[in-house]
Amino acid sequence: MAIIEVVDLVKRYDRKVAVDGVSFTVDEGEIFGILGPNGAGKTTTVECVEGLRSPDGGTIRVDGLDPQRDRVKLRTRLGVQLQQSELPDRIRVGEALDLYASFYRDSADWRELLARLDLADRVRTEYRKLSGGQKQRVSIALALIGKPKVAVLDELTTGLDPQARRDTWSLVEQIRDSGVTVVLVTHFMEEAERLCDRIALIDAGRLVAVDSPAGLVSRVDGEQRVRFRPATPFDVALLEELPEVSKVEEHGPQLVVTGTGNLLHAVTSMLARNHVVAADLRIEQAGLDDAFIRLTGRTFTE
Amino acid sequence: MLKIVNTEWKLFLREPSMVVFAILFPTILLLVLGAIPALRTPDPQFGNLRFIDAYVSTLVVIALAFLGLNKLPATVATYREKGVLRRFSTTPVHPARLLIAQVVVNVIAGATSLVLLMLVCRLVFDIDLPHHPVGFLVTCLLGMLSLSALGLLIAAWAPNARSAGGWATVVFMLVMFFGGAYLPRFLMPEFLIRVGEYLPPGVEALQESWLGVAPDPVQVGVPALITLVAGTVAAKSFRWE
Repeated sequence: MAIIEVVDLVKRYDRKVAVDGVSFTVDEGEIFGILGPNGAGKTTTVECVEGLRSPDGGTIRVDGLDPQRDRVKLRTRLGVQLQQSELPDRIRVGEALDLYASFYRDSADWRELLARLDLADRVRTEYRKLSGGQKQRVSIALALIGKPKVAVLDELTTGLDPQARRDTWSLVEQIRDSGVTVVLVTHFMEEAERLCDRIALIDAGRLVAVDSPAGLVSRVDGEQRVRFRPATPFDVALLEELPEVSKVEEHGPQLVVTGTGNLLHAVTSMLARNHVVAADLRIEQAGLDDAFIRLTGRTFTE
Repeated sequence: MLKIVNTEWKLFLREPSMVVFAILFPTILLLVLGAIPALRTPDPQFGNLRFIDAYVSTLVVIALAFLGLNKLPATVATYREKGVLRRFSTTPVHPARLLIAQVVVNVIAGATSLVLLMLVCRLVFDIDLPHHPVGFLVTCLLGMLSLSALGLLIAAWAPNARSAGGWATVVFMLVMFFGGAYLPRFLMPEFLIRVGEYLPPGVEALQESWLGVAPDPVQVGVPALITLVAGTVAAKSFRWE
């Protein structure tokens, strides 16, 4: 069942169109990704969903509510983690949670929430003394304090180190598993691919595609690349003769073989027949970034 | 609402520079000036009052100006810049409550500062408690509110925390000057004294209600009017992000 419906959303800033006719639905209980390069209109889109900005066109429904007309009701059902939103330097984690809990008629137990987010030992720590990852987790806690049905998480892992990023990802999965629908705004391909059930790909204010990560990738035909370093020199033409191979490139000592079908098997058996040992053999399949290039005609630049 | 005020009050107490300047500084200045014998001697030049007697209203101005024109715009502009106000607007509570809480904290901090000042005046320098308590209370409250409204107006209009600080400092200097903080008021030309009487927080009304008789209604009315006008304009034009 759809919990968020966006139809033909348009938003302009002065004369510049930031969001141009975007439509999608988010199902209850899924992690829905909004993926696109910086400045694509992702944040503007979710800010309209959150009721923080009024759209210039189109309709939005969140759990049956109009974000503009039913602002106050919406606030109790939608938890928001804003991109770059801090707390006062000297507020303690526990104080912030206690304060925000008092804003809701029915709020989550904040001590339990902090324990779940692995912040139980930071209750008396001032906000300014937290690490980047801890600040993000406090931000998630504040988004969940009002027991929302939907949580919008905007650029959650930007600026985090890889370990903190992975930890945060498993948190997002936990949130979904606890029954909260998650809308995840990100410009990290890897994050969207790893976490999202479905992804809306947005570029230059327009919706490019909505699909599961695998569905998006399958839109790029099954081209693969095999990379290796031959231990002994051999005639590269032998590779080019294989029906599965479309292209062979030499990068210094490395060979990159592009092709389709059972490429890996074809390449390795040919090498075995000719007694060539392949070192550092690696296979690369198309990923979301290939899908993005194929769908938009340009590279995904961060 | 009470919880917001309580939290903001705690945050205020955790900023040592704020506490020292807004709450302790006027009293410390009184003690320093009072330690100079010449300033403790009645002088016929100002109606047989001592310098420190004539200076009490200026000390009140210093406390109120610091809170209204230094702490308030800086805090509010920083809250906007850091997205604190924006985060509030994602909850069922309107971010305006946070601004109201700031003004309430100012009133409490101002009251604390002045009680301390009055106690030291009475116990150390034998200066009377305010002669006209109601008038003094009203004048102080309106003084604090009018300066807070000006502080909010600056925070509303300044594009960022840095320029809010700059603009506020200019107004702060003016208020301090006309309040007699740099040049004692009895040394000022008549014209400047007259101007100062009507500028917030109303230094003459403070002096009158403390050591004279009832404050002049017009001198109390002007800060009230400024509170109303600046407060309304600030509320209407405030940018939340």
